[in-house]
Amino acid sequence: MDLGNVASLRFIAPELVLVAAALVVFVVDLLVRDDERLADIALGGLALALVSMALVPHELNGWLFGRMLFHDPFAAFFEVIFALSAMATVWMSMGSNEVRRMSQGEYYGLLLLGTVGACFMAAAANLLMAYLALETLSIVSYVLTGFVRHDRRSGEAALKYLIFGGVASGVMLYGMSWLFGLCGSLDLVVIHGVLESGDAPALPLFIAMVLMLAGLGFKISMVPFHMWAPDVYAGAPIPVAAFLSVASKAAGFALLVRLLLPTFSTAGSGGAWHFLAGVDWPQLLLVLSVVTMTVGNLAALQQSGVKRMLAYSGVAHAGYLLMGLVVLSTPGLEAMLFYLIAYYFMNLGAFAVLIVVHNHTGSDAIDGFRGLAWRGGAFPAVAMAAFLFSLIGVPPFVGFFAKLYLFAAVIEQKMYALALIGVLNSVISVGYYFLILRTMFLDRPPAGASAVVTTLHDYAILLILLTATCVFGLWSGPMFAFARYSLQFFAG
Amino acid sequence: MESPLSLMVAIPLVGMLLVLVLPSAAHNLIRWTAAAATVPPLLLAGWLFANFDRTEAGFQFVERYAWIPDFGIQYIVGIDGVSITMVLLTALLSFLCVFASWGIDKGVKGYFALFLLLDAAMVGVFVALDFVLFFLFWELMLLPMYFLIGVWGGPRREYAAIKFFLYTMAGSVLILLGILALYFATDPHTFDMTVMIASRDQYPATLQYVLWLAFFIGFAIKIPAFPFHTWLPDAHVEAPTAISVILAGVLLKMGTYGILRVNFAILPEATAELAYTLLGALGAFNIVYGALCAMAQTDLKKLVAYSSISHMGYVMLGMASFTQQGIDGAVLQMFNHGTVTAMLFLLVGVLYDRAHHREIYGFGGIAAVMPVYTGFVALAFFAALGLPGLSAFISEVLVLLGAWQRYPGLAAIGASAVILTAGYMLWTLQRVFLGPLNERYAGLPEISPREVFTLAPLAVLVIGLGVYPQPVLDLIDTTLAQLNAAIAPLL
Repeated sequence: MDLGNVASLRFIAPELVLVAAALVVFVVDLLVRDDERLADIALGGLALALVSMALVPHELNGWLFGRMLFHDPFAAFFEVIFALSAMATVWMSMGSNEVRRMSQGEYYGLLLLGTVGACFMAAAANLLMAYLALETLSIVSYVLTGFVRHDRRSGEAALKYLIFGGVASGVMLYGMSWLFGLCGSLDLVVIHGVLESGDAPALPLFIAMVLMLAGLGFKISMVPFHMWAPDVYAGAPIPVAAFLSVASKAAGFALLVRLLLPTFSTAGSGGAWHFLAGVDWPQLLLVLSVVTMTVGNLAALQQSGVKRMLAYSGVAHAGYLLMGLVVLSTPGLEAMLFYLIAYYFMNLGAFAVLIVVHNHTGSDAIDGFRGLAWRGGAFPAVAMAAFLFSLIGVPPFVGFFAKLYLFAAVIEQKMYALALIGVLNSVISVGYYFLILRTMFLDRPPAGASAVVTTLHDYAILLILLTATCVFGLWSGPMFAFARYSLQFFAG
Repeated sequence: MESPLSLMVAIPLVGMLLVLVLPSAAHNLIRWTAAAATVPPLLLAGWLFANFDRTEAGFQFVERYAWIPDFGIQYIVGIDGVSITMVLLTALLSFLCVFASWGIDKGVKGYFALFLLLDAAMVGVFVALDFVLFFLFWELMLLPMYFLIGVWGGPRREYAAIKFFLYTMAGSVLILLGILALYFATDPHTFDMTVMIASRDQYPATLQYVLWLAFFIGFAIKIPAFPFHTWLPDAHVEAPTAISVILAGVLLKMGTYGILRVNFAILPEATAELAYTLLGALGAFNIVYGALCAMAQTDLKKLVAYSSISHMGYVMLGMASFTQQGIDGAVLQMFNHGTVTAMLFLLVGVLYDRAHHREIYGFGGIAAVMPVYTGFVALAFFAALGLPGLSAFISEVLVLLGAWQRYPGLAAIGASAVILTAGYMLWTLQRVFLGPLNERYAGLPEISPREVFTLAPLAVLVIGLGVYPQPVLDLIDTTLAQLNAAIAPLL
């Protein structure tokens, strides 16, 4: 189906709900100045958006708004991820002392608008739309990063993010213009057709692809475009860093997959994909994947701040996720989507525990975790242990199953060296994740340390994320079915 | 019908949840709950022993459910002659170790919750017949172990705990890759070990060699075989007594169990090719190396730790002999080493609780103040050095008999190392228990009834199986004969 502007509206109901919720937040903030209620409105808006995602007709796939957006299960999958990420972020923000000191109307409103940008990014059917959506998300991210007023680090992080992001998206735009010149269109399906006919020369196509990879690599924090991540995570309020680490990364992967697979490749038999242009980009991505996970893990070993550590851990996980693309097969992509779900639970969980500790100590230094289990923080400490084990990939947590599926896809393609590097990286990551574990459990609390207060609110969010981390691995059937169903691209 | 094996895994887990909801201050209630959770598995183990069909070589009490059908992952449990001995050993040692842990008074709730998790995971490893399930339990064991050593251990506990975790983790990622490669090499793809065993002829030779080495390294770290053994002295010395017992009594066996279950049963061609060097010769080397290292120790616990390396060498040598005596002896040695070394660690713990150090040269004449205790020590030490009439003698003789038929040179090395073992055991006995009494320890209290309770069942087994080893041999014989028949002709 190819719908016009009015007919498309009911298919973007979730995004419309989010925009409406953002506007309500702004207006209420202006009129009432009741800070408590703003987060509730944002949460309500996100819940409503999730409901409307379920109600939007899914049996119909096609174009919306005159071939600007796709409506297909792949886009719907990411919309759910983004809405859930925003929901968790809002919920975490409600319990964060950092956020409580900021002007909340703009904070929650921008978060909702950023979510809209991410949703459109996953659904973009046109390079122009993709770029606009990416910029919407980026600009919101820049502002949210610098949201802690009168804090030098926050401001510095925002500026750094802005400059890095500006350059990266500029390079990407330049790559898009090359692609437009080569194919004569910005429409992804048309571009796919031109590539399939073999009319476009290989070398310029490769250059266009590399240039676009810069912008997307920036979003997913792929080496060598990852340098912003540690500084931005360290400066941003923790819930914002959590949002960036999950939603922003997933959005980058959504667009990357959309470009590299249904656009630049064609589906072959037996779940294999074939790249159309004459240049071997899987080889390039393989190198990038290996370098990304290795650099991320090695750099994380050196960190003394938990936010920076989690930033580098995020870089490493981007490297693992890229393996799902490198193998160029349907099982690889399914594993990648499953990994994104797993990463959502375990990574947000780690950030949620960090908020509990940060509320107590006012810093993200690893010293704040000292003896956490023995001074009133037994539950957050145990939860953190589960999240960290899951991030390493130890059973029975969801992270193990995510890695199992991913490595299975790699082994299936007989890429043994890549699999070996991947698992050895998991062993390296033990080094820094265990630093936190050791500090929480094996170290005694410092003399005179006061008890950590875990509020009911903290308990609730940690319990949900902990349960998901423990259960969705052992019972991964439904999640895997969801990932498998979501791997359907509309291609005209 | 619910298989008793599933219950043996599930009941400790239920116990763990119960312990977690009890109030932290109710120490005795927690201890008794933990003890109660280890009783049903022990009774079920007794039931298994009574009902196990000794003429059947394959798997029994099998239970099978689809688990993650998209990937062909199933929940399959079952036991054969090799695993039933290990399940019996695990159930017994878990039960006894709860009582050996009675003195833990810091973080009691956490300790016993982790202990029960460890118990469930250990049984799980021995009964799992699906490779993903096996790996899940294998790794699940690491989590409680890290904390049990790291939180409740000795002065260098942090170093020992992370070293243990990193070594095992490095080994298990190789196992994981091996599992995935086997999965894709089996047609149709499955993680079912029984199917893999049945289709072992379809794996190409090169793949077998690579997989054999990957699995071997993973399992050898656990045994531990030289040069992967350096985690063991650290972990044993720092771990609390009960955890040392579990570590030496059960966890080390998982290495040799894994080699029998995976390398031997699924990759027979590569086994026939590589066993002499990597199991036989390395095993003989371990026997001598472990004994020499033990001889140089001045810390009692370290001495026992190195003696484990030496005794596990017999298991490797026996397995590599591919004769009925040798391979029977190897599995019997796994069981016997489990009971003997458990006694040794428990006994060292008893002395440490009283004197607060373990220096061999810091004692003297202890037999005068603790005669009953010294009796138990003498029994355990004589069993460890292979005195006829005690259990380890039978298994070591069987191993050497078997090895002699295939590799006389290695058997000679293994046999002569018995002298070294006798040397360090007797010297230790003399330095600690005989001679003039060290006046500082004139007031040491005699072994308590609780401690006797943990030691007595093991002592009965050591003497009983030394006189009449047939109950265990009957269990393992048929399965091992079948396993051996698949490999021996390939030599």
